[in-house]
Amino acid sequence: MLLTVDRINKSYSSFPNPPVQVLHDVSFSLAPGQALGLVGESGSGKSTIAKCLMALAAPESGSILYDGMDVSKARGAELLRFRREVQMVFQDPYGSLNPRMSVEELIGEGLLVHKLEPTAARRRERVAEIMRTVGLNPDDMVRFPRSFSGGQRQRIAIARALVIGPRILVCDEPVAALDVSVQAQVINLLRDMQRKLGLAIVFIAHDLAVVRHLCDSIVVLHKGRVVEAGPRADIFERPREAYTQALLAAVPVPDPEIGRARRERRHVLT
Amino acid sequence: MFPSKTQKPLVEVRGLSVDMPLAGGKDGLRIVDNIDFSIAVGERVALVGESGSGKSVTARAVMRLDPVARLSGKIDFEGRDLLTLSEKEMRHYRGSSIAMVFQDPMSFLDPLMTIGDQVAETLRIRGIGRVEARKRALSVLDELGVDRAAERLGSYPHEFSGGMRQRVVLAMALVGEPKLLIADEPTTALDVRVQDQVLDLLDDVSTRRGLAVLFITHDLGVVAGFAERVMVMYSGRIVEDGDVHAVFKDPKHPYTRGLIRAVPRIDQDLEELYAIPGAPPAPMARPAGCPFNPRCSDAFDRCRAELPAVLPVTGERVACHLHDRKGA
Repeated sequence: MLLTVDRINKSYSSFPNPPVQVLHDVSFSLAPGQALGLVGESGSGKSTIAKCLMALAAPESGSILYDGMDVSKARGAELLRFRREVQMVFQDPYGSLNPRMSVEELIGEGLLVHKLEPTAARRRERVAEIMRTVGLNPDDMVRFPRSFSGGQRQRIAIARALVIGPRILVCDEPVAALDVSVQAQVINLLRDMQRKLGLAIVFIAHDLAVVRHLCDSIVVLHKGRVVEAGPRADIFERPREAYTQALLAAVPVPDPEIGRARRERRHVLT
Repeated sequence: MFPSKTQKPLVEVRGLSVDMPLAGGKDGLRIVDNIDFSIAVGERVALVGESGSGKSVTARAVMRLDPVARLSGKIDFEGRDLLTLSEKEMRHYRGSSIAMVFQDPMSFLDPLMTIGDQVAETLRIRGIGRVEARKRALSVLDELGVDRAAERLGSYPHEFSGGMRQRVVLAMALVGEPKLLIADEPTTALDVRVQDQVLDLLDDVSTRRGLAVLFITHDLGVVAGFAERVMVMYSGRIVEDGDVHAVFKDPKHPYTRGLIRAVPRIDQDLEELYAIPGAPPAPMARPAGCPFNPRCSDAFDRCRAELPAVLPVTGERVACHLHDRKGA
């Protein structure tokens, strides 16, 4: 396993009230090149898990093992390697890109920080290359984020994460802020990248339909606990837990016949 | 199911345009461009579009909520043109004839006012006595499934969950017994299970009260489950308007078709999601001709030169040259 999360617990202090425990013995693992979906409603702990995965927060107990290293204990060169190999894409492409940096600076920043390319010319080449990979025009590298649409900004954010060759990409609601017609472009891009680069993806989302299209295996969370986990087909076709069933049943389907039938059924029940 | 549908419409919008003034006093920016639509008594209509399509601006125009917006055209509501009313007359319509709910209930509710007072406020403003207003507030909260409503009249918004807050906001809108409810993405901020409950609730209320609903959303799944008719907006114009079954089964406009195909579905596995290339144009950079033409795989010369008119096509209204080949 590339990444193993083993019974992590995490609480946030809420003085003067007692601390609130937001993760209860959460465990899952990720194989190289696998796309794993973490789904749950607000308050399920998905974003806290992302913080722990990125070593931005440390769980109180339990461990996160990445490629043999204990993430919360890693320091120095080891931590630096972790920071290079595990990258993140955030929800809001309007808030996550520094408006005063050009696209070249934004995408090239990781190369500079990790000293991967010593010369500016080589850095520029790498930036151009990754821009082509994610479907951006390299001529646009002199421009600033404000002149890009939401979908293109999310491509910039993805390029920025991928340019230093990570092995895991943690995406926290990466398409939730995008329009429907653009959302599909970004989902398809993530899927292409996963296949082409052998990238493992942790995809955090509340939208189960989106997760179904991207993830090989799914972890369903509710109030900080893993309710059910398994391969895509099991979760979507044969959910065992009542919570998962309820969650799936509530997702609207873009088909009036199905939507109506569902509502009629509920009216009979209530 | 709704025999009243053949009656004359409750709201009839003709040639509505909305211009927003730009900094520097130049000509305004046209956000909504010459749209027509109508809503019958008790009808549930969805207005779908992506961000910047003008759907919210259209909704707010019906309520005349943006004081700086320049509105032109006609909005007939029960025989009176709302655009000719004075602000004072308009105030009489808001809340009692037309009410609106928004996406984020927390920014809509006053954190320092009790739920009971907020729901009753609409009535109090109309000069209804304290006791009577409270009684009606209670009955609306009950109708909307707020548990132990009587005890909770004295609660504050922060004591409520997201779904309950949205019920309170709905109660505020419905207490004045409006004939039209404009709901601007009312379930977008909610978790799916709560969204489902709120939609059921809206469905019940609308049926029971004969309340017309203009439901603004970007979520086609929600449209399919809730609306009887759907209007699709793109770049400030209505490009398709028809019965929800017909539109989903056989969308006439290439944009509608693309949008429906682009939605990932919970009940299907697809190898590759369909994506519409490009992005919607900004209002200041609309292309010549049909605003969708740069993203449209069916576009031909005429699409790049001439704005398509909204024409009747087999019981629907569609703005697309493909359906008007003989045309002009």
